[in-house]
Amino acid sequence: MNDVKDMNFMGMRKVAAALSIALILISIGSLITQGLKLGLDFTGGTLIEVAYETGANVNDIRKTLESSGYEDVTVQHFGSEEDVLVRMKESYRANLGEEVLQVLQDATEEDVVLRRSEFVGSQVGEELRDEGGLALLLALAVVMIYVAARFQFKFSVGAVVALMHDVIIILGLFSLMQIEFDLTVLAALLAVIGYSLNDTIVVADRIRENFRIIRQMQPIDVINRSLTQTLGRTLVTSLTTLLVLLALLWVGGELIHNFALALTVGVVVGTYSSIYVSANILLYMQISREDLLPPEEENEELDDRP
Amino acid sequence: MLNKYPLWKYFLIVMVCALGVVYSLPNLYPPDAAVQITPTKSGDSVDEYTLNKALSALDENGVAYFGEELQEGKTALIRIEDTELQLQAKGIIQRELGDGFIVALNLAPTTPQWLMDMGAGPMTLGLDLSGGVHFLMEVDMAEFLDQRVDGYRDTLKRNFREQKLRYKRVVSAENHSIEVKFTKADTRDEAENYVRREYPEFLTETQDKDDGFWLTLQLTPAKIKEFEDYALKQNLTTIRNRVNELGVAEPLVQRQGRNRIVIELPGVQDTAAAKKILGKAANLEFRLEALPSASRFSTEEYSFKDPTRGRSARLEKTIIVTGDNVSNAQPSFDENSQPQVNINLDSTGGAIMGQVTKKAIKRRMAVLFVEHKVRTRYETQDGVEVAVEDKYVEKKIISLATIQSALGSSFRITGLEPAESSELALLLRAGALAAPMYFVEERTVGPSLGKENIELGVTSVQIGLAMVLIFMLVYYRVFGVVANIALAFNLTMLLAVMSVIGATLTLPGIAGIVLTVGMAVDANVLIFARIREELKAGLNPQQAIHSGYDKAFLTILDANITTLIVAVILFAVGTGPVKGFAVTLSIGIITSMFTAIVLTRAMINLIYGGRRVEKLSIGGV
Repeated sequence: MNDVKDMNFMGMRKVAAALSIALILISIGSLITQGLKLGLDFTGGTLIEVAYETGANVNDIRKTLESSGYEDVTVQHFGSEEDVLVRMKESYRANLGEEVLQVLQDATEEDVVLRRSEFVGSQVGEELRDEGGLALLLALAVVMIYVAARFQFKFSVGAVVALMHDVIIILGLFSLMQIEFDLTVLAALLAVIGYSLNDTIVVADRIRENFRIIRQMQPIDVINRSLTQTLGRTLVTSLTTLLVLLALLWVGGELIHNFALALTVGVVVGTYSSIYVSANILLYMQISREDLLPPEEENEELDDRP
Repeated sequence: MLNKYPLWKYFLIVMVCALGVVYSLPNLYPPDAAVQITPTKSGDSVDEYTLNKALSALDENGVAYFGEELQEGKTALIRIEDTELQLQAKGIIQRELGDGFIVALNLAPTTPQWLMDMGAGPMTLGLDLSGGVHFLMEVDMAEFLDQRVDGYRDTLKRNFREQKLRYKRVVSAENHSIEVKFTKADTRDEAENYVRREYPEFLTETQDKDDGFWLTLQLTPAKIKEFEDYALKQNLTTIRNRVNELGVAEPLVQRQGRNRIVIELPGVQDTAAAKKILGKAANLEFRLEALPSASRFSTEEYSFKDPTRGRSARLEKTIIVTGDNVSNAQPSFDENSQPQVNINLDSTGGAIMGQVTKKAIKRRMAVLFVEHKVRTRYETQDGVEVAVEDKYVEKKIISLATIQSALGSSFRITGLEPAESSELALLLRAGALAAPMYFVEERTVGPSLGKENIELGVTSVQIGLAMVLIFMLVYYRVFGVVANIALAFNLTMLLAVMSVIGATLTLPGIAGIVLTVGMAVDANVLIFARIREELKAGLNPQQAIHSGYDKAFLTILDANITTLIVAVILFAVGTGPVKGFAVTLSIGIITSMFTAIVLTRAMINLIYGGRRVEKLSIGGV
C-alpha cells in the first residue's frame, strides 16, 4: 500500500537511547554541581536597568556604586554597549532606583536614563519558585492522565518520559551555560511541554492507527512505518515554528532573548524526543497490537466533519 | 456531493471572519498622547472654566492641542498634537491649576464612533509595553489577627466580670489564641460553657497546671479566613480610593492570592509620589469638644472641612479612638427617614468609646479627618525654576454631633444631609486600612523601553510571519495560499478576541502570538500531509481532500487539547509574564482550530469542490 520504503528509525534506537541518557546525566550533573542561575524573579533582590548615551564601562560603574556603600553589586551589559543592568541584594527601600540613578548620574558627564527598576521580595521569589515547579508537575500529571485516557497507559509513560527528557535537557543547558533562568524562561519551558506533546501525540496517533490496520508486522516495523509517514509533517511543523522562533531570537530584544532560546532548543529536542524517546519507550514496554484494539467501534458520526 | 458546504455554512464562516475583522480594527488606530485632569477631591468635578484655563495656559506656551473634552462631567481630557510635548503640557497645566487638580499623562483612544457603538475598542497594553509602575503589596495578616485577638481579650475580660466568672489572668498567646487562668476548676468549666455558647468562633481547650486551671481559646480556621478576607477587601477598597487620587488613566488594583494586592499604574513614572499616596495614612480621630472651662493647653482649635457647617470648634487634645479602630461605616436612614451614618468600631475601640462617652452624655463629639498632604510651590534656584514640595498634615472636622447616650462598638451619627452622610461614610471608610501593608515587589518600566518593546515585538511577528508565509506558499502552492489566508485570519481573530474580552497584551503575550503563528500552521500541515498521502495511495482528488481532512481532524483535536491543557494550567498557576503568555497561547489555539480547519476547508471546497478535478495544486506529489 505504500511504495515509499520505510526508514529504519528504530535501528538507531540503542544509539539514541545512549545519547539521551548521556545528555540527561550531563544535565543532572550540571544541575547538581552548578545549579541554575536563577533570575531576580526567583531569588528576590533589586535590579536596575539604565541607559547611557555612549558606551558604559561596567567596571567603573561597579566601583562607583561600591564606593557609595552598595554591597553585593553586579553590573553587566544588557543587549548593547549602552545598556547596563545593575543587580544588588539590597533589601527594599523606597526610591532605590532613583537613588542609584542619581549616584550614576553624578559620576558621569553624559545623561543616564532609568529604563526599568525591579524589586522582588525574597518571600515572593521563593513563592514564585514553588509555584513554577508546581505548574510544571501539574502540567505533566494532567497530560499523563489525558494521554492514558485517550490512548493507552504505555503511550502516556512514553509521552511523559519524553517531556521530562526535554525539560531536563533544557534546564541542563541553562545550568551548563549559566544562562539566567527567570519567569519568562519558565513560561518557555511550559510551552515546550505543550509543543513537544503536540509532536508526540501526532506520532502516537499514527502508531495507534497503524497497529489497528496492519496485521502481519512486527511492532518495530509498525513504528518505523508510522515515523516515516509522519516525518514530513514533523519536519515542516518544526521548521515553521523554528522560523518564527529565530525571528524572536534575532529581533525580539533582550527581554525575551532567553525565552526564545529556551523554546528554540525545546523545539529541536522536542522533535527528536517524539521520535526517539516516546517511540523507544513504547518498544521497551513491548507495545503490541492487543494493547490497541479499539475497546468498541469508533463511532461514525465524524462523517460530517469539515 | 463531496466537498461542498451548504450555503448557510459559507455565510456563517464569512460572518465570523467579518466580526473578527471589525473587532480587531480598533487596534489599527494609534492612540493620541493626551493629558487628563482630575479634581483632587472626590466630590469635585472639572468644569468648562477650569478646562479653558488649562487650554489658555497651553496657548500661551505654544503647545498645540486638539479634541479637548469633558468626560462624564468629572474629568477633562486634552489631546496633545506633538507627543514630545506631552510631559511639558502636563507641567504647564499642573502649574496653572494648582494642587486642587491632578494632571496625569494619558493615551486617548482614537477608535471611530461607529466602532465604539459596536462595543469595539483596542487592546490594553501591559506595563512592559506602555511603561509604568507595578507594585505588589502584602497585607500583614498576623498583625491584623493579633489586633483582633487583643480586641476579643478585652471584651472577654469585661464579659467574665459581668458574668461573675472570677478569673486570675487573661492573656493573648501565640497562634491567635487567648489563655485564661482560673483558681477554681468549676469556674473554669462554667467559663468554658459560656465561651462555647457566646463565642462559637473559638475552639476551647482546658488544661490543669500546677499554678491553676487554664482555658485556651483558639480562633477557628473558618473565622481566621473570614477575618483575612475582610481585611483584604477593606484594604483593597482603601487602596482603590487612594489610587483614584493619583488620577492615573487606567489603574489596576487587584487581589492576588490570600494576602496580596497588585497595583499597576500605566504611564506613571514618578514611583516616589505614587508610593507616598499608596502608603499614606489618611486617618480619623474621634475627640470630645472642649468644655468652655477647659484650659487652653489641653485643647486645640480646628476648622470644618465643609465651611457651611461653621467656622471652627475647640476640641480636647485627648484622642478617644482613631480611624484604625473603625471597622465599617455605612450611610443609611433612620426610622424618620433622616440620613445617618452607622459606624462600627472594633472591640478595643468600642470599649474605650463606651468608657469615655458614659461620662460625656450631652456633650459633643467631633470626627477629625487627618490627611498627609503636599503643597507645591515654585521657586528659582540658580536661575532655574523648580517645583518644591512641602509636606504638611491637615486636620479638619468632618462631623460634630451631640452624644445622646453612652456609645458602644456600634453607633450612629445623625442630623446630616443625604449627600453629606454618604460623603462622611466614604471618608470614614477611606481613612483606614484594616490591616498594615508593606511593599513586596516593585517594577518600573520607562516609557522608552515600553515603546522599544512594542517595536521589537511587532518586528518579530512580521518577520516570523513573512518567513512562514513564504515557506507555505513554496511548499504547498494553492493549498499554501489557502493556509496563509487562514493564518492571517487567525491573527486577526486572536486580536479581536483579546480586544473584546479586555485581555492585556504584554511582551510575553506577543511571544505567545509568534508561537501561535508557528503552531497554527501545524494543523494545515497535518491535513495537507494527509491529503498528499491519500493521493499517493491512489484516491482521486475529491476523495483525497475529504479523507485527508477527516483523518487529520482527530489528531489535530488531540494535539490541540493537550496543548490547551498546558496553557490553562499556565494561566491558573502562573503570574505576570507567564499569564500573559498563556492567554494569547490558549486563545490562539482555539481560533486556529476554526481558521485552520473550518476556514481552509471552506476555501478548498470553493476552489475544488463539486466539480471534476484532475490534479490538486498541493506541491510535492
